[in-house]
Amino acid sequence: MLIRRRNEIRSSEITDKDLYLGRRRFLRGAAATAGAVLAAGLGPQIALAARRRLDNVRKTDFGNGETPNSYEDITTYNNFYEFGTGKADPAANSGDFDPVPWTVQVSGEAEITGEFALEDILAPHPLEERVYRLRCVEAWSMVVPWVGFPLADLLQRFKPLSTAKYVEFRTLYDPERMPGQRRPVLDWPYVEGLRIDEAMHPLALMAVGVYGEVLPNQNGAPMRLVVPWKYGFKSIKSIDRIIFRETPPRSSWEKAAPNEYGFFANVNPEVDHPRWSQKRERRIGAGAFASKVPTRKFNGYGEQVASLYSGMDLARNF
Amino acid sequence: MDLLSAKVIARIWKPLVFAACLIPAAQLALGAFAVAGFSLGANPVEALLHGLGKWGLNLLLITLCVTPLTWIVRAPWPLRFRRMLGLFAFSYVALHFVVYVSLDQGLAWNFIVEDISERPYITIGIVALLLLLPLALTSTRRAMRRLGRRWARLHQLIYPVAILGVWHYWWQVKQDWREPLIYALIVALLLGARLVRRHRGPGKTRRRAAVREQAASLPPGQTRNPI
Repeated sequence: MLIRRRNEIRSSEITDKDLYLGRRRFLRGAAATAGAVLAAGLGPQIALAARRRLDNVRKTDFGNGETPNSYEDITTYNNFYEFGTGKADPAANSGDFDPVPWTVQVSGEAEITGEFALEDILAPHPLEERVYRLRCVEAWSMVVPWVGFPLADLLQRFKPLSTAKYVEFRTLYDPERMPGQRRPVLDWPYVEGLRIDEAMHPLALMAVGVYGEVLPNQNGAPMRLVVPWKYGFKSIKSIDRIIFRETPPRSSWEKAAPNEYGFFANVNPEVDHPRWSQKRERRIGAGAFASKVPTRKFNGYGEQVASLYSGMDLARNF
Repeated sequence: MDLLSAKVIARIWKPLVFAACLIPAAQLALGAFAVAGFSLGANPVEALLHGLGKWGLNLLLITLCVTPLTWIVRAPWPLRFRRMLGLFAFSYVALHFVVYVSLDQGLAWNFIVEDISERPYITIGIVALLLLLPLALTSTRRAMRRLGRRWARLHQLIYPVAILGVWHYWWQVKQDWREPLIYALIVALLLGARLVRRHRGPGKTRRRAAVREQAASLPPGQTRNPI
């Protein structure tokens, strides 16, 4: 498996920056015009004018029988502190964030390391749709139709060494474009990590889209992790670094409150958050009069993933 | 016409303040039923819960501004709004509790009892509500008369309630403590001002203000001896 390096792109193939910025300005102008036309009856839809469909997405059986949340719920109720700590902040503050061009730096315990253009990272992977439940550590949940590819397929291309026991992921650090990073709410950049066997598990997904469309900025464009059996904060967004490690990385939330957020962060109704119960969850989209539903261990994916943790005390390794 | 006479306050300003205090509740109610383009977003229960709690706290702090305002304007008229503001604060806090018990917890009493006993921020919230209750119940003229001097002592419970309210908010925030910090600073300022004033000794202005305060708290025509 060959990974094309960035410098292998001939300079003649590279679009001049002014040109593509110009195109973008034009598109934005067009979107704004379209938005203005629609604004009369469709106020909140203006922001959605720039939606782009992804081609050749294979449907899968993941999440059969689940009813996905609406596109609006999924894209307006987000935890993405890089764009603000309120649930509506990411949608409100990420409009100008442009995830193109994007590079991903790969380093650590692997044969192939270096800096790669996102296009080259994504190119070999056929896209598939998987409907996953997402359980936030704050005791709410959604059902999301992600578009992506197995994380393992990507990681294997870098030929991890036997010393690669963990994988660390980092979110872009750019306070200019991510206004939430201008305040030290968390220790930026956002860091998350998985044990290598967790990362190689077939359920772990690298997502680039939602609802058959390109991932909106507020959901972690251009590329994010989805680890459906863990609390949502493990599913790190806008990834620009992947580091293969011998020792476990310390995640941003672990650093912020080690007694509240552990490295594993598996969904577990038997282990409460020190400040609130994890026994039940509120399903977003069910309305003001729906009751909470019981939370399931490993978010209901125990059959597939419980064996990863056999013999471990999950109350201690929370 | 004196814009701050008892009559103008009762006929014009109080109804206006009353209406203003209803605006957040109206917004939340319209949003809850998605009427007239109002919406509470993807998580309406959370929006209701947080909206009511935050306005309970806002009104509690506004109520605590009344006395310092009399010092600033050197007039007793702000006191005429104090009971209404306090009762609105109580109402929002009580509705906050009702939404928690009903919509949020779905009347699942085992979970509610567990929450109250095991989650310190919820325990604190309940304590604050229980301390507010006697204040709401003794807000009538009759209760004021009956309790006499003890009424003022009793109503100093609003000080710990304000501290507990901010604490309750602080403890359930995940990481961004900016807003609860602002609330904490305001409470510190409002309670600190009272402490400073008390320790400065009963100056002439203070004694006069106290007399005016007492006069304004009483029904028209009734007087009480100066302290």
